[in-house]
Amino acid sequence: MYKIDRFNELAKIVAEKRPVNAPMEPRRMTADEKDALLAEFHPDYKQGEFSVLEVGANKGEKVPTQLASLLQGHSRINPDDVDLSNPDYDTDVLIIGGGGAGASAAIEADDAGVKAMIVTKLRIGDANTMMAEGGIQAADKPNDSPAIHYIDAFGGGHFAAKPELVAKLVTKAPECILWLNKLGVEFDKEADGTMVTTHGGGTSRKRMHAAKDYSGAEIMRTLRDEVINRGIPVIDFTAAIEIILDKNGKAAGAVLLNMETKEILVARAKTVVIATGGAGRLHYQGFPTSNHYGATADGLILGYRAGAKLLYADTLQYHPTGTAYPEQIFGALVTEKVRSLGAKLVNIDGEVFMHPLETRDVTAASIIRECTARNKGIKTEQGIGVWLDTPMIEYKNGAGTIEKRIPAMLRMFGKYGIDIRKEPILVYPTLHYQNGGLDIDTYGSTGVENLFAAGEVAGGIHGRNRLMGNSLLDVIVFGRNAGIYASAKAKETAVPEGLTLEHVKKFDSELASAGIVTDVVSPKLLPDYARKDK
Amino acid sequence: MDNMVNIFLFGKKYQVPAGLTIMTAMEYSGYSLVRGCGCRNGFCGACATIYRIKGQVELHGCLACQTEVEEGMYIATLPFFPLEKRIYDINEIKPNEQIMMQLYPEIYSCIGCNACTKACTQELNVMQYIAYAQRGEYEKCAEESFDCVMCGVCSSRCPAGISHPQVAMLARRLNGKYIAPECGHLNDRVNEIGEGIFNDKMAELMAKSVDNIQEIKDMYNNREIEK
Repeated sequence: MYKIDRFNELAKIVAEKRPVNAPMEPRRMTADEKDALLAEFHPDYKQGEFSVLEVGANKGEKVPTQLASLLQGHSRINPDDVDLSNPDYDTDVLIIGGGGAGASAAIEADDAGVKAMIVTKLRIGDANTMMAEGGIQAADKPNDSPAIHYIDAFGGGHFAAKPELVAKLVTKAPECILWLNKLGVEFDKEADGTMVTTHGGGTSRKRMHAAKDYSGAEIMRTLRDEVINRGIPVIDFTAAIEIILDKNGKAAGAVLLNMETKEILVARAKTVVIATGGAGRLHYQGFPTSNHYGATADGLILGYRAGAKLLYADTLQYHPTGTAYPEQIFGALVTEKVRSLGAKLVNIDGEVFMHPLETRDVTAASIIRECTARNKGIKTEQGIGVWLDTPMIEYKNGAGTIEKRIPAMLRMFGKYGIDIRKEPILVYPTLHYQNGGLDIDTYGSTGVENLFAAGEVAGGIHGRNRLMGNSLLDVIVFGRNAGIYASAKAKETAVPEGLTLEHVKKFDSELASAGIVTDVVSPKLLPDYARKDK
Repeated sequence: MDNMVNIFLFGKKYQVPAGLTIMTAMEYSGYSLVRGCGCRNGFCGACATIYRIKGQVELHGCLACQTEVEEGMYIATLPFFPLEKRIYDINEIKPNEQIMMQLYPEIYSCIGCNACTKACTQELNVMQYIAYAQRGEYEKCAEESFDCVMCGVCSSRCPAGISHPQVAMLARRLNGKYIAPECGHLNDRVNEIGEGIFNDKMAELMAKSVDNIQEIKDMYNNREIEK
């Protein structure tokens, strides 16, 4: 039961229409309808929320205003104050970030026989990977193929992705599922070993593999366990705040900051992998986020200041179904798997207003249209939302489905007295994923020699919109990929000499030349949620 | 102000609006969190917390990001607890009873007090999954412990010094790798890709994605979608 009577009354309308709504197969939108919808209602198209960069490799391009101010901010250090001649850490491959991509890269580096080290500003596993609920895609069933997966991913990303990256993503997918399974990751399977798979938004085959609705958590905790078993050093509560280059302009380590003692440390490495994740905690356009506390775009700042180029940094994913009520979990993710299992999106009048499995950008824009132009949303304390008819799942698939397949969702709402088996829930788009990022090639290389990137921080794999289940896949495929190539490169690289932060000074003087006056320092590292106005 | 509640953060009293979670109440009180804050969505276990309502006996374990404040809450966060994780090679070990005895022998010292279960922030039957582990029933242990976020509150309450989340982690890996049935179609597809049978098709798609985007768009817009 909702604590607010109005919601209980409105939910009755949803229940009354459920027998009609459940069997209905809503029409999918045409390409033209989708384009028009996105242009009018998707946040990526909203004027006034973007700024043009005046400095750096992407000068002249627009990015979200909050990101622009960080990209064009000052360093946290004065380069002259940092002694680079006596490193605190020396390693072959330095991995910045302890999420799914970083951990996968570390395991591959260990397999390659080089010395790897992870630095992470929080703990290993404190990452968006841990929070991925719905699943991971791989075309491993007889009616499916990497080619079909390619078309889904490339088309879902509006034909903007780098084809060679999409090809790698889909071709390596089955092998990565097998790799995870052999590490001991559990997947939902039938008694004969057949994978239990479902659709995600925009998929043409049921290829979503899952571990209930803890898919990312199950993967991440296993990778973490494996990293520890292998004795790979993990320096936690230690953020990278600048990339160090060598005398030839190649990446050669990072300046580190102990998050607790504020001590500055230096790590020297033959190659560096940036695997710092996304940017949800920058709250672009004031949106709430489903992201981890540490998702502050740090890797984009590190890479950009070192000379790396960004690709599609202006495109973000707003997950259609963030929690709109209750306020305690406002913005928290309601996994797409809820719709994969049969729940439909319903407006205040109990009408199904779209096919529930359009791609995420289209679905988010459609919900925003329903709540604004069409005025068919349900007002909440925090804003507005539409219904996601969760009881429809058991209406269609039988009692017990929700507890078995989406236990985390049942628990999350249950804590606030809402039984999602009996009551529909209120949802609205939440800032979820950075579609773009550091521009990489098929080796995971950024263009700055010996500097690699993998996971959400990298761009080009998903074009301008990512499909559900391709992000967990991306972190594993391209995390491993970066680990493999960064290790190979480290093997043929001598211990770097002539370590320098001149590029940091140079960037700062370019800011001055461009007339940028700012007191912003970056990377941001953590959001600032402490109340100030007392 | 209406609707304010009194809470005690590490013993110090603060007044915060009702309806906040413990985590947002700390931030409302002025804390800038570094430790004890992770996903903020109940998946990572970073914000393990112990509280007691003033005047009551019972101690509660919870996740700060998932728990609403209550009047008279005495709160201590547990941002780190020294769990004991034993080292093993997943490819060398076998899913037999001996492996638990070898790596986590302390589980056989369980006195059945059930304090772990009472403390669990995910409402899991922790003592039960430890019992399964003792008997080498790893599939059951994996299922019973599946929603564990490894926050460690159970272990903080255990008189036998058991690191329950690590025991469960081992059981799940054993189950995932050795006990759950192998997936035939997955093995087949990995072999097919290894043999290169999709190479030509992929090369064609990649080339068309550059040279003939309209054909790719038509393929996408007219593709057959499995029911």
